[in-house]
Amino acid sequence: MGLIFKDETFRDDFTFSNSPAAIRRFPFPFHEDRYMYTVNIEPHIPGPKGSAFEFPIDIDEHYLSDMRDRAITLAQDPLRCQSLPHMLTAEWDLVELLMTSMSDHYPEHFTLTREGDDWHWINRPMGIDQTFVFGDVATLPYRPMEYITRQCQGDFCLLDQRDGDLWMDSGIVTSQADWSLDFDVGMSFKEWHAPVPMAHEVGVFDRALKFLLNMQQGKPVRRLNWTMTINPRLDTSPENYHKWGTDRTTVTPENVGDKVHLRVELQGLWRLPRSNAIVFSIRAYLIKMDELVTVPKWGRRLHRVLKTLPDVIADYKGTTRYRQTTIDWLAKFDDGAPTSKGCWPD
Amino acid sequence: MLSPGIISRPVYEGLEPDVRARHNLIIAEGEGASAILDLAKKTPQDFFAKTTLLYCPAGSAPKNYENQLQALQPKALWTFPTPATVMFRLKGVLQTATMGTRLYVTGTEPFIGLALKEALEAGIDHKSLITEHRGSAKRRVQCVHCKGFTEDVTTNPAKCSHCGLTLLVRDHYSRRLAAFQGVCIDAEVPGDAPAPEEIFP
Ligand code: HEM
Repeated sequence: MGLIFKDETFRDDFTFSNSPAAIRRFPFPFHEDRYMYTVNIEPHIPGPKGSAFEFPIDIDEHYLSDMRDRAITLAQDPLRCQSLPHMLTAEWDLVELLMTSMSDHYPEHFTLTREGDDWHWINRPMGIDQTFVFGDVATLPYRPMEYITRQCQGDFCLLDQRDGDLWMDSGIVTSQADWSLDFDVGMSFKEWHAPVPMAHEVGVFDRALKFLLNMQQGKPVRRLNWTMTINPRLDTSPENYHKWGTDRTTVTPENVGDKVHLRVELQGLWRLPRSNAIVFSIRAYLIKMDELVTVPKWGRRLHRVLKTLPDVIADYKGTTRYRQTTIDWLAKFDDGAPTSKGCWPD
Repeated sequence: MLSPGIISRPVYEGLEPDVRARHNLIIAEGEGASAILDLAKKTPQDFFAKTTLLYCPAGSAPKNYENQLQALQPKALWTFPTPATVMFRLKGVLQTATMGTRLYVTGTEPFIGLALKEALEAGIDHKSLITEHRGSAKRRVQCVHCKGFTEDVTTNPAKCSHCGLTLLVRDHYSRRLAAFQGVCIDAEVPGDAPAPEEIFP
């Protein structure tokens, strides 16, 4: 059965919400009652049916609204999509990865037909029917990365590998947790991670980089990252921080359940075949506190995680102004009972 | 002195002569001249005979470093009124530079940053440049909101010279832009910005 796509907004009137099914499949990131940075990388292999990990590229009920929000952001600020000239081959690699994955796993919505370099792509939900020559930029209405990522949920970075490092030489980033692609373009792995507290000192980035440099084709990996966002806003960019920053002062004990969202990023990494680049996908899932506590284990656990989170991490994630209000609200859902191991609902 | 521990900022290791280079290009600003004079104490005889110096006296003009630089008998000494005019010449020189040319840059961080940026655009690997910081700790800052660059920033916070927002100067540096990142400091409570303090004198 095909997906049913919701019509909702991530700005202005913020009508975004999760269906009960979307809540059940939410990729809750905490496998225990506390959180610390680690090299949490695991093979990106199929997870349980219906979960966000079932397929390499997850398409869900928010697809059309996500894509509409991305189009609005790009229309306002084209610098959210950038690519250095040597990344064109990697862009085509990405077209192949996304089109094959989407059409293999969601055949009722997407179809790809290939005859040599003559490709035919059909995206039914978005009403797109495109024939093009793979490798010929002139046959698509956008550059290859922008073309396909305007049709695929999640932000994407393409990392060039050279001199024993990874370089952020390309990307499309419209739903980021407060970092700027425009500023970070051209940086190396540790340079773009510079603002992250604590993790450098304990060697997380040394080990992660070493692992990624050795990644093999056909063996993608994934990790989860998380933050919190006030209102279901996708465009929490530094570029627009002077416009959305005031959101963080609007949290009261009465509106926590509706305003405060856990934002989880399912990050996938693939080695690309032609360019030897790595693609890094950052797929954001939002869930408001009212929805989250419908899973009792998650309500208990998030309460404990937020309470024990080191202050520098809480500050870095921008939660300082509303963290205590949120902890107090969540306390009502924490009866002190032990929580079971792992992330899944009981 | 520059504050240590900023991971995305280049490391300015200090000028050490590369004696294998066939030609040297030294780009200097202000107090960078004193770094060249210190370098001269460690260089072999023929070093400056194969060296072209591009120098902008900037705030150090009263010290008349040009005479001392000339006394090193470089192949050429060109002086310039502003960093921007140095960069103009550098761009031209890099277009015709041959293999075996070694680049040295010394002066304030914004100056080194702009020279590194020219080198980057000319396809030269930044790690092959020899750099030394001298003089003011001032920063060049890009406003993440309007993308304008503000020069000679010595305070934190600092006003964006383009859009006027009060910016927190973050410890995050881009070589491509030759700038630190500036982010609106009172975005959450507009008008609540702390008074500027002289942090990068
Ligand atoms: C190669 C692909 C990757 C890209 C493009 C990437 C990109 C980023 C960016 C842009 C940030 C925000 C930094 C800022 O505040 O400006 C970040 C944060 C972070 N990254 Fe990565 N990253 C990658 C891989 C990894 C891996 C493999 C790890 C594994 C440990 C990792 C760990 C982290 C952590 C712990 C943070 C802080 C997140 C938070 O607290 O919200 N990253 N990453």
